[in-house]
Amino acid sequence: MLPEAMFFSAVLFAIGVVGVLTRRNAIIVFMCVELMLNAVNLSFVAFAQSYGVAGQVFVFFVMTVAAAEAAVGLAILIALFRHRQTIDLEHINILKG
Amino acid sequence: MPTGSSLSMAHGSLPLSYTFFFYVFGLIAVVSAILFVTRKSPVAAALWLVNTMFNLAALYVMLDAQFIGAIQVLVYAGAIMVVFLFVIMLLNLGHADATTDIKGLGTKLLAVAVGIALLAEVMTVMRGHTIGQITLPQGYAATQIMQSGAVAPISSVLFTQYLVAFEITSVLLLAAVVGAVILAKRKDNAA
Repeated sequence: MLPEAMFFSAVLFAIGVVGVLTRRNAIIVFMCVELMLNAVNLSFVAFAQSYGVAGQVFVFFVMTVAAAEAAVGLAILIALFRHRQTIDLEHINILKG
Repeated sequence: MPTGSSLSMAHGSLPLSYTFFFYVFGLIAVVSAILFVTRKSPVAAALWLVNTMFNLAALYVMLDAQFIGAIQVLVYAGAIMVVFLFVIMLLNLGHADATTDIKGLGTKLLAVAVGIALLAEVMTVMRGHTIGQITLPQGYAATQIMQSGAVAPISSVLFTQYLVAFEITSVLLLAAVVGAVILAKRKDNAA
């Protein structure tokens, strides 16, 4: 099932990329990043079936990093919302030169 | 516990029902992901993403990764997505028209074209590389699970070869907890 799993993984990753490019809601952009991480996890698991269990260990680490990233990222969003009253990325451009 | 699909995989042949359900779960995951990206309301988008993650968990179980499938449901669909929904409701962002997505059909088509180009790129890379020399025999993972359970093969690698990475992960989580508390705290309560 490796080619099929790789196909679904590539499709999900591309959908995540299109979401990051088209959406301007910071929370949805975050969730698109999570979708991309999930797509990569799928190919890790598919390869683990053929190349040894280390791939599943890496999925474990990716999930941990994703949890940490979600906690810190959402805390940043809360702090940002407190200052700007918006999480629309169109209006968050204070770093723009 | 070995499932029916794992048992038949150990004998080297995939039944048609296995392939069928693999495609069904994969297609539901892809369709849910498309719906997730196109929904206006953040809450609806989050719920479609939860659906995608449940179907990915089903794919993990079919790929002989039962433990990963379980923690996918617990950690991703359970914990991380609840945090997302919690923040959406905490900031009262459930309204569909709260934000402006990129405007103009041309820009949207450009973004979709970039996605399709990326997809074609990934497909070409996958087709070009056959890393066949270290492949395990078919059904190896399933037989290993039948012999020692779904968790033991992962844990025996995780707590020996990747022990340092595992310990560093705990530091990462501590840093994330401290960082989240500091960032979300009101400034006037600090000091």
